[in-house]
Amino acid sequence: MATAERYETHEYDVIVVGAGGAGLRAAIEASAQGVKTALICKSLLGKAHTVMAEGGIAAALGNVYPEDNWKVHFRDTMRGGKLLNNWRMAQIHAQEAPDRVLELEEWGALFDRTKDGLILQRDFGGHRYARLAHVGDRTGLEMIRTLQHHAVHKGIDVYMECTIQRLLKDGGRVCGAFGYWRESGRFIVFKSKAVVLATGGVGKAWKITSNSWEYTGDGIALGLDAGADLIDMEMVQFHPTGMVWPPSVRGILVTEGVRGDGGTLKNSEGKRFMFNYIPEFFKAETAETEEEADAWYEDKKNNRRTPDLLPRDEVARAINAEVKAGRGSPHGGVFLDIASRRPAEYIKRRLPSMYHQFMELAGVDITKEPMEVGPTCHYIMGGLRVDADSTATTVPGLFAAGEVAAGLHGANRLGGNSLSDLLVFGRRAGLYAAQYAKSFEGTLSVDNDQIEAHAQELLAPFNGKGSENPYSIHADLQECMQNLVGIIRTEAELKRALDEIARLKERLARVSVQGHRQYNPGWHLALDLHNLLAVSEACTLSALERKESRGGHTRDDYPKPDPQLAKVNIVIRKRNGALTLAREPLPEMPEDLKKLVEEQH
Amino acid sequence: MGGTEVTMRVWRGDSTGGAFQEYRLPVEEGWVVLDVIHAIQATQANDLAVRWNCKAGKCGSCSAEINGKPRLMCMTRMSSFPAGEPITVAPMKTFPVIRDLVTDVSFNYQKAKTIPPFKPKPKEADGTRRMFQEDIDRVQEFHKCIECFLCQNVCHVIRDHEENKEHFAGPRFFIRLAALEMHPLDTEDRTALIKEQAGLGFCNITKCCTEVCPEHIHITDNGIIPLKERVVDNYYDPVLRLLRRLKGKSASHS
Repeated sequence: MATAERYETHEYDVIVVGAGGAGLRAAIEASAQGVKTALICKSLLGKAHTVMAEGGIAAALGNVYPEDNWKVHFRDTMRGGKLLNNWRMAQIHAQEAPDRVLELEEWGALFDRTKDGLILQRDFGGHRYARLAHVGDRTGLEMIRTLQHHAVHKGIDVYMECTIQRLLKDGGRVCGAFGYWRESGRFIVFKSKAVVLATGGVGKAWKITSNSWEYTGDGIALGLDAGADLIDMEMVQFHPTGMVWPPSVRGILVTEGVRGDGGTLKNSEGKRFMFNYIPEFFKAETAETEEEADAWYEDKKNNRRTPDLLPRDEVARAINAEVKAGRGSPHGGVFLDIASRRPAEYIKRRLPSMYHQFMELAGVDITKEPMEVGPTCHYIMGGLRVDADSTATTVPGLFAAGEVAAGLHGANRLGGNSLSDLLVFGRRAGLYAAQYAKSFEGTLSVDNDQIEAHAQELLAPFNGKGSENPYSIHADLQECMQNLVGIIRTEAELKRALDEIARLKERLARVSVQGHRQYNPGWHLALDLHNLLAVSEACTLSALERKESRGGHTRDDYPKPDPQLAKVNIVIRKRNGALTLAREPLPEMPEDLKKLVEEQH
Repeated sequence: MGGTEVTMRVWRGDSTGGAFQEYRLPVEEGWVVLDVIHAIQATQANDLAVRWNCKAGKCGSCSAEINGKPRLMCMTRMSSFPAGEPITVAPMKTFPVIRDLVTDVSFNYQKAKTIPPFKPKPKEADGTRRMFQEDIDRVQEFHKCIECFLCQNVCHVIRDHEENKEHFAGPRFFIRLAALEMHPLDTEDRTALIKEQAGLGFCNITKCCTEVCPEHIHITDNGIIPLKERVVDNYYDPVLRLLRRLKGKSASHS
């Protein structure tokens, strides 16, 4: 029987995999370009991880500080990323973010307002000026709902609860995708001239994470298997402030907006310890006294930024060090105090969901007591290597935007730069994928043998003779990555992690799932584990290769940055079934931009 | 209550039928119902179907009926139940079951498509959009909706009357319509739709929706009742209707 008859098959110009901010924005743009577009997502529409984003969207609108402009935003982004960023992506991002935010307003978004009726902007780590457009602390919800409502009327076909498991290739180029409906377990084939990956990150490989179940590295693994380059996979962001107590909520995000709005970190001795952790790189722009730090919130001309708002990598390491030194909070974090610094009404207005979250899940009233917080795996800066302008990966027909793509954030992402990333590069991915599809010549054909082989692989867990439980393999992987590939890394531990990942791969081959194909989470997890293990291996290999400390990658055995490694990306490729490593030079930044970056505050 | 054993009665089945199945397991301090469901999945029933995403009350995926009450599993702490008594977890009743705790909520996505989109008025002369916080506060309350569909589930107009589904949008979409109608920049008039296709008249303001809203949106008082007034104004008071047309909409109206 021909495959077309065996499996439900659809044909498109562009398919977008993932329906968070980047995927939605890509689909809207592709559709606006007049090409036939599908949006495919693992969850229901509107539930993607973007919905959890809290603090805001970074864009140099200049509504609060007219001095702000794209050049300052560009500089902050590059320095926050410890200069490992792709400079062209950082430039495009800073230049286009304001338009993308204003566009959301045209589509019905309601951001909090300044007294003059413009979009209000809030302070965040690493940003020189108050720059984040926001809606209280639920900015991601506003963004995804606005995009969702806008997309609904644009003639985009939406495939919800549909998981893409393999990319289909015709020779060197991508020509579609293969996956299954979660509801029925039935397979589905997409033939498509172009594919946009917007699948987000990999946080579910770690035990303590702010990420939802969807974050299993699907797009990175799909791209890798299809022959695309990965870069910067060692660069994982541990957000400094996740909840630590009770254990069931460990890792849930506490927005940086708490510090942006005046909250401060304290150790068990009541000291504001961040003043002891100001690195040389940020010394010139960071306050040295509590008085200066507190005055900065109101007067940025005459004061420097509080060290509580150093970039996330710096703050996460500092918290880690305080806890190790025995100055942590009762449950192994540190204190985050806004109760003693701002009025209760202000806290409830600015941080309503934080108030709600701590009250309901931990029984803590954040207007009266400090929170206990500690680092939580939050974001991966690395991912698919893309062309800065077009978001094209190294495989023809395959594009990537959002967290799944790498380059913009370098070695560490600034808070607020993710939502703007989704909008700026989501739009570009949709635009260039549509252009690619329009210029596509020849016929679109998929190989039935390829599809049949994939189908058999995906059904293997039902035929498994082994007794491995997918949940146990997942738990052991999370334990491994948490303990051995965490905030602070060493060669010995990374090697142990590689051994463990190899063992987990063997165990996955013996996985066996109960029940049938209809909405079966055990089966879904067994399939997602392939991706989780692939990204974990890529991350660990890259981490071994980068023998220095930079941004989200800290090596205890190489505690300093290495000027030679400052000039290279670690590149991972899959060739003949095995991962290969290479160091390749970063794109050279033009002189005028170099000057911007080197400018002192 | 670290390590206490609980008895969970979880509904298992599909569109052809099902039954409550009992699971006994230890729970840890601070656990919510979703933690228990995950533990059952990991140790006793790998294929137990459940929807969830954020586990922090932000995405609205894990709606269910817990001891008969519509709630988010991720925001319902085990310590809120009396010790020793079994806890039942069932899928939302208003939507067809797919499997176990997962229901077919496509009704809501179909209704969403019928709502005419936001249509903004022209920009200010200086090219900006100016709106004042006091004018958007109420609409921002509606934008807090996480689409958990608990209000839809509890609404007796469709909970007990399948035949009404075609003619009734439900509280979630009244809130969506209210958000659009009260948006300071919007120029579209949706009152005919609200009255006719969305079936606002079916609602007799029993406030069941407001009671179950995990975001504490005042669905009835701030959304549905002002919409009802708007429909009345539009249909029975031509002067007000004309005035609003001329002045454009503002949140201060109704």
